[in-house]
Amino acid sequence: MSLVGNTIENAGPEMLDTVKIAETPEGVALKLTCVSFYARSIAWMIDALIQGAVIILLLFVLPGLGDFGMGLLFIVMFFLHWLYPVFFEVYFQGQTPGKKLMKIQVLLIDGTMVNWGASLLRNLLRTVDFLPFFYALGVVTMLMSRDFRRLGDLAANTIVVYKRELKEKIISQQDAVEAAVYAPKVALTGKEQQTIISYAERRNDFSPERAEELALLAIPLMDNLPVPNQQRANNQPAELASQGSERLLGIAAYLMGRR
Amino acid sequence: MNQAQFIHAHEQQWLILEVLLNPQLKQELTQELTQESKKHWFKAWHKKRSGRKKKITPTSPNEEKIMALSPALIIKADFPDLYRDVCQHLSLAQSRRYSPYLIERLSFLIDRAHQVFYRPGHIHGQSAAGSLLTFFTRIFPQTVRNESHWLWLSSAVFYLPLLLMIVLIQLWPEFVYSVMSPDTVAGMEAMYDPQAEHIGRERGSDSDSKMFGFYIFNNTGIGFRTFATGLLFGIGSLFTLMFNGLHIGAAAGHLTQIGYGGTFWPFVSGHSAMELTAIALSGAAGLKLGFSLLIPGRKSRYQAMLDAAKISVKIMAGAALMFFIAAFIEAFWSSSQSIAANIKYIVGIAMWLIVFSYFAFAGQQQENSLNVKKSEQENSLNGKKMDES
Repeated sequence: MSLVGNTIENAGPEMLDTVKIAETPEGVALKLTCVSFYARSIAWMIDALIQGAVIILLLFVLPGLGDFGMGLLFIVMFFLHWLYPVFFEVYFQGQTPGKKLMKIQVLLIDGTMVNWGASLLRNLLRTVDFLPFFYALGVVTMLMSRDFRRLGDLAANTIVVYKRELKEKIISQQDAVEAAVYAPKVALTGKEQQTIISYAERRNDFSPERAEELALLAIPLMDNLPVPNQQRANNQPAELASQGSERLLGIAAYLMGRR
Repeated sequence: MNQAQFIHAHEQQWLILEVLLNPQLKQELTQELTQESKKHWFKAWHKKRSGRKKKITPTSPNEEKIMALSPALIIKADFPDLYRDVCQHLSLAQSRRYSPYLIERLSFLIDRAHQVFYRPGHIHGQSAAGSLLTFFTRIFPQTVRNESHWLWLSSAVFYLPLLLMIVLIQLWPEFVYSVMSPDTVAGMEAMYDPQAEHIGRERGSDSDSKMFGFYIFNNTGIGFRTFATGLLFGIGSLFTLMFNGLHIGAAAGHLTQIGYGGTFWPFVSGHSAMELTAIALSGAAGLKLGFSLLIPGRKSRYQAMLDAAKISVKIMAGAALMFFIAAFIEAFWSSSQSIAANIKYIVGIAMWLIVFSYFAFAGQQQENSLNVKKSEQENSLNGKKMDES
């Protein structure tokens, strides 16, 4: 789950994407990345294995306690079957162990945490999704609905999304653009500015050659740069090789407010 | 304001918000200022425990900056204010086209804060046990009362076949075989044979706890399925209600007809109120869900279903507890042979009265006061309108 950079700019024609946007009361647009049928079924399988393992373990232990153990076994089976997902979804940020491994979580459609009622509902309605055999109805509904929601999700108004994670480098690279500040020759639109800033922040992910190659796409922005006329990077003298990317980083620094 | 100035001006707020989102970290950082709370034995014990653990480290790369925050600031911090401020920072950062990484950092923070801020919770200041109590003393009976037409409908679908079956079998005994196989009938006869050592599902009283578990697993499961299959336009609920009605009716009718009523009726009387009502409630919840799709009224079909689902799941949660109580009674009271039949009948009737009066009266006072408040508000609103005109 993440936020939309700028809703107005991105409000082009609706893209064929697995992203759903929920707006908070503060006017912030939350971007929910829906989880497809495949990842969800893997998560379900992991949960089923855990449930099965617990029951098999108890099958060895509890009958030793006689009828009391058998009674306990039935009760455990009941709770594992019906309330195991509810318990984890309510108390562990919408994540059963299987969902946690798949890094996905259940949320209400408005991006808030799932509550008791919704979680109970979507898990009780599993019965219908299971019909007529092995989640056939659930899978069909999931593939037909825009956000991969099964019947239980539709009724409980929940959605299964990828849990958002912050990558560490995001902070560390934040203000690390160190190049001679350089004002662009022409006025740039917002989207172009963002593209250049993104380039600056991701430059360490590219090889130097690739970084230079990308930077040279923006040659109209840079005057006084000797245009490498049909020259290939490996033919150039070393000090010229990174000139384009240096210049573009300079523009990025300018756009980010350094003067 | 350029990006560096912006970060410099507001970063402290972001860091504080980050701390507030992590209660353990907050506790760690504010430990020195809250020494007095040590006096409370529970907190002292808790602290002892958490003290043994390793120092909790913040999960973000801003570790050093967070550790450098002054505890006083964290204690003073107001979460809602902070949350709204950072929302504004995010909007500013977006409209000023600050770096995507900064926007990502802020949006990630808002993301988590939003989930905490709008966390579905108990009524303010109420514990989990308290809200559970509120649910069973007020919300559940009130909901059932509001939706009583569905309960009447599902009761009709359930009890009419049941009674019909009892009557029909008294007239034509062989009618039982139309719904049950001869094997099932024979098994049932063996269970309730007055000459047998144990009545009710062939067992001794030492297996009560086993049967308790089994009843919870089986009966509550049936209830849940009755509810869930109601989503298929009510068909599943109708079918399960009718099927169970016919079966229970056939069993009761047949056993009475062959003269085993003396063992059968005392056995079932104790838990009948809870169990039969719970089945009827499961059916009612399912019917409400299914019929919302068929007869959505003035809403869209999907919206009608959403609204119905919210209410029906409450009924189902209450019905689940009734199934548990029924399982307890059936396993530990109904099966007891040392209790005279008359006492069992009296208890059975008492249970029906309790169930009936629970749904008729529980939570009515609060409901009435709520209604009075509402009508007062409406009156005052109307009064204002009158004045204006």
